[in-house]
Amino acid sequence: MATIHDVMPVFELFQPASIDATLELLDKYKKDAWVLAGGLDTFDWLKDRNKRPKVVVDLSGVQELRGVKATADGGLEIGASTTLTEVVRHPMVKEKFPILAEAAGLVASPQIRNQGTIGGNVSQDTRCWYYRAGWTCYRAGGNICYADTPSAINREHAIFDASRCVAVNPSDTAPALVALDAKMVIRSAKGGERVVDAEDYFIGPAIDITRMTVLQPGDLLTAIRIPGTWAGAQYYFEKVRERQVWDFPMVNVAAAMKVSNGTIQGSRIVVNAVAAHPMRLTTVENAVAGKPRNEETARMAGEIAVQGAQPLAHNAYKIPLMRNLVKRAIRGEAQA
Amino acid sequence: MDYFVQWGRNPWSEDILTHAQWNLVYVSIVLGVLFMIAHTVYVAIVPKPKAVAPPLTDPVAARVPEKVKRHSLGARMFHWVMAASMLTLLFTGFVPILGMKFAWVQIHWIAGLVLTASIVYHIIHATFFLDFWSIWINREDVREARARTTRALGGTAPEPRKAGKYPFDNKMYHTAIVLSSLAVVPTGLFMMKRVQTPLFSRDPYLFADTTWGYMYVLHGLTGILLVFLTMAHIYFAIRPEKFWITKSMIFGTVSRQHYLEHHDPARWVVEKQK
Repeated sequence: MATIHDVMPVFELFQPASIDATLELLDKYKKDAWVLAGGLDTFDWLKDRNKRPKVVVDLSGVQELRGVKATADGGLEIGASTTLTEVVRHPMVKEKFPILAEAAGLVASPQIRNQGTIGGNVSQDTRCWYYRAGWTCYRAGGNICYADTPSAINREHAIFDASRCVAVNPSDTAPALVALDAKMVIRSAKGGERVVDAEDYFIGPAIDITRMTVLQPGDLLTAIRIPGTWAGAQYYFEKVRERQVWDFPMVNVAAAMKVSNGTIQGSRIVVNAVAAHPMRLTTVENAVAGKPRNEETARMAGEIAVQGAQPLAHNAYKIPLMRNLVKRAIRGEAQA
Repeated sequence: MDYFVQWGRNPWSEDILTHAQWNLVYVSIVLGVLFMIAHTVYVAIVPKPKAVAPPLTDPVAARVPEKVKRHSLGARMFHWVMAASMLTLLFTGFVPILGMKFAWVQIHWIAGLVLTASIVYHIIHATFFLDFWSIWINREDVREARARTTRALGGTAPEPRKAGKYPFDNKMYHTAIVLSSLAVVPTGLFMMKRVQTPLFSRDPYLFADTTWGYMYVLHGLTGILLVFLTMAHIYFAIRPEKFWITKSMIFGTVSRQHYLEHHDPARWVVEKQK
């Protein structure tokens, strides 16, 4: 078992003041560099000695990475280092995309939201304790998933898309951003800028078992662009967690829906903490399109949502939980 | 040792083997390329003496049909199914390691099962319906190989006879593939217990961590060796002077000329169909 040490291990600290300087450092040190934003995921890893980067690149001095601004298409661009509290309180976020403000507001505790950034929240590593304990599981480059053995404790683990590893993505803002069809702006020194759909930003173990996102060594998530497409839609976000004070989600759901005369015209429905990536429910979206937003449609959506779920020894509860959350998302808050 | 294997740590704080050292894939590819270059240069500098066929007036040659059947349809199907599954296994096994990411696990184990089934078929087919011993290296092959090497190095040794149905290099390759398969197939089948498949319930504790470690390393190292072997095999298959052999694996026959040039009718007996 890993031991928490009371001092930080040795690493070289860089505190660049611009994105370009950051990219230069990331390009220079590649796999040896660790990007530090809010530090809430980072310090566990470093103090446990389970990740040992030679270099830590602290983004706190890069002002370009902070703030929220309006875009020409009626959307928003949020700097990756914008704190969750800033996202929660920002008037434009609250006005255009209240679902994101709500999701960010349900992340952990006020202290953590003051320190944690939206970029860090979407890019954080999984909370699987077998993995975080430092044992050489699949995700850590080994050949076993300790969370999926006959005696494993896996209440919080995946019911979908588990390929060898059964860890889940713990982010609250990620499903909201996928529901809003957000775009992740990634920059690297050599590759310039690339924009990735939030849906494609997250990757499951079938594709790459050692990473949660498409970020490669040398890459930096600089901003999140939310297009105006879903501004003004009807939103639903709900998070179920074990401790209401602060906790990671057992399951959360985010939905953006365009409804006209009580009929669902289009929707994006996303569930997280059931797989290693936020899971967009396109089958449900297709099934509810053109249907009235009522109890019957909601019940159908809930049933469709959980088809194909494969529970582990201790997480079968996630199936009715997810079914009910999707049901409530379709039915809408008013009737929830 | 760490040049060949990777180590990890289990919950009991024991050091355990986890994988082969994946950088060896590059070594295997580079060695494959170097082998091809070296062989191409060697053949260009030291050309093989041209094979001579006995005249058709020779009573033995006269008995040989125009087309000599070399591989049955079943044998050819096995070869190509095995080739397709092997290439799929190598592609899905190593390309993600080399950087191209895709969902490879399911394709990999399905291709592994196809390979296993084809090998089982081949064993039964070769044992009961083919000349089982014709592909295995025997004492005579070793003696002749030694003589051939001595002659190639300028020494004196009796001229080796022409080959039977399978030349010595075919037999060597077959042996290498058999040994590799003995390492890679059983380990691969056991490794399926560690992934989700509809066939088995997952049980990572079927063996102790140490045993699993040896299995993963053996599977990985053999896979890396197979990269080299496959490169060499494809190289020989497309070499102009060997292409008639490759064609026989497609059409099933070799010409009388090739047969008489390269094979000893006494060691590979064929008769005209009456």
